Amino acid sequence: MDNSYLIETDELVKIFPMGETSVIALNHVNLMFEKAEFAGLVGPSGSGKTTLLNIIGSLDSPTEGSATVMGQKIEDLNHKQGADLRNKHIGFIFQTFNLLPVYTVYENVEFPLLLLGMSPQERKEKVMKALEWVHLSDRAKSKPAQLSGGESQRVAIARAVVKEPKIILADEPTANLDAENSHNILQTMEKINRDLETTFIFATHDEKVIQYLRRKITLIDGKVAMDEVYDKPTGHGEEQ
Amino acid sequence: MIIPRLAIRNLLGAGLRTWLNVVVLSFSFVVIIWLQGLYKGMGDQARVAQTNAEFGGGQYWQENYDPFDPLTLQDVHADIPKSMQTLIDNGQATPILISQATIYPEGRLRTILMKGIDPAQNIVNLPTQFLDQEGEDLPALIGTRMAKNTGLKIGDSVTVRWRDVQGTFDARDAKIVQIMKTSVPTVDQAQIWVPLDKMQALTRMENEASLVILAQGTKEFPQISGWVHKDMDFLLKDINLMVKSKQTGGSIVYIILLSLAMLAIFNTQVLSIFRRRKEMGTLMSMGMTRGKIIQLFTLEGAMHSILAAVVAAIYGIPLLLWSAKSGWAMPEAVDDFGMALGEALFPVYSTGLVIGTTILILVVTTIVSFLPTRKIAKLKPTDALRGKMT
Repeated sequence: MDNSYLIETDELVKIFPMGETSVIALNHVNLMFEKAEFAGLVGPSGSGKTTLLNIIGSLDSPTEGSATVMGQKIEDLNHKQGADLRNKHIGFIFQTFNLLPVYTVYENVEFPLLLLGMSPQERKEKVMKALEWVHLSDRAKSKPAQLSGGESQRVAIARAVVKEPKIILADEPTANLDAENSHNILQTMEKINRDLETTFIFATHDEKVIQYLRRKITLIDGKVAMDEVYDKPTGHGEEQ
Repeated sequence: MIIPRLAIRNLLGAGLRTWLNVVVLSFSFVVIIWLQGLYKGMGDQARVAQTNAEFGGGQYWQENYDPFDPLTLQDVHADIPKSMQTLIDNGQATPILISQATIYPEGRLRTILMKGIDPAQNIVNLPTQFLDQEGEDLPALIGTRMAKNTGLKIGDSVTVRWRDVQGTFDARDAKIVQIMKTSVPTVDQAQIWVPLDKMQALTRMENEASLVILAQGTKEFPQISGWVHKDMDFLLKDINLMVKSKQTGGSIVYIILLSLAMLAIFNTQVLSIFRRRKEMGTLMSMGMTRGKIIQLFTLEGAMHSILAAVVAAIYGIPLLLWSAKSGWAMPEAVDDFGMALGEALFPVYSTGLVIGTTILILVVTTIVSFLPTRKIAKLKPTDALRGKMT
């Protein structure tokens, strides 16, 4: 394996048993991602975008083939090692935000740092910095129920980015947002990608997201149908 | 330390649901401690009362004496041995002579026990000084239960008939000189107390006794031929068994209470695990292991008991202290319990009882909280994030 790749999949296959039959979600996928990429997995529903994201995020394991993330083979990781990889190197952003409802914005963002065992002082600095990135410093004490959809997703971004992971995996991050909020979110993520050199991988079929991508991987029926790299985002700024 | 912190946050964040469980559980805490304290108090009270009024510091029984065999009572008397007489003379023991007798209050026949006791004794807490009277009639001391059953009052005379040592019937009028109020039914019901010397003379059993009561604190119990030493463990055995049986009955109440509280917590846990699958998936995505999530949910459940202990302490301590001070008034029917209970029962709460109950509830709550979380061990992160149970 070339060590410059953060993520590499090699003949990756994922099959889900469905009663007596089975569904091939990923069919011999070979992909490589470098540092600071802003890439997206696009394709229709059921094309395997989320499955691939889950395997890269060590939330799932391949049926065949291999997925290597930060030098660690996902298929060889036990539950604890997978958790450790996610804890240290991977941030997740979900379509439904998945904020912890009983915690404040500050506490939600602080959570990954608690798992990392950071000191209170260090946590405070990082949380405030992350909230500044997403322009939510003034909502630190709010509960998720008091936030709009856009604000909630910005909290989720702050939570994903607060530990400054190498990789952020975003599964349909704009699906529940209106156009204006979607652009705000994407601009925030683009800035983080640029400033922190964090690799972003999206699973999306939202055109608003696609126009921000610098790499677009089209999946159809679990196979990579197209892998396009752009010098600059395809439609950046056109709809702003 | 992250798990306890998160557990507290989650628990307090759950709001009313948490507090409802906590209040129910705290109620169990208080009732269990109160009930146990009540039984302990009942046992202690009965033991003290019976020791003071009847058992003293142990007894020597004439070797054939069996208080539960009325057919042999007539013959269980023997000369008081010299070694025992020394104790009696030194005020360290008092002899009791027991004989079956019959009285005829209000023209009806009643079989009773006639017990002779030294009026000057101070080994047992009975007002025997009232027996120190001269006169034709035999002075007799009875208890309130006996007085109620026979209709006898102070100053009344009643005919007493007995058999002497030869088996010959003899009779005399006894005058009720005092009616004593005692919580100990076994020195009251169906018996009259008369002066020992007079009873010995009337029954021609001079210097004889059926049993000898030792003073409390007596340490040495030498073997005496023809007499059997009965220690306090033996004498209090019936009370201890009775208290134990009542405790067992009472424990059913707190098992029901505890079960209700546990059911509420179990239900909360099951619902919580079902409802918070997405949260679990989110925690897993942030790098929390399934083991830690199980710990978190178990601790959340177990913390109900800690909060309940705090809440129980807030209202329970004043309540329990008040009940320990003012006691629980006993109805008259309490005499039917068959053990020495006063007019009020005073619960006794020991540190062991409080700590034991707290540990019991903590352990049971933890187990009940843990059981539903076992599902998490099989939960796949991807399923959890989709809100599915694996």
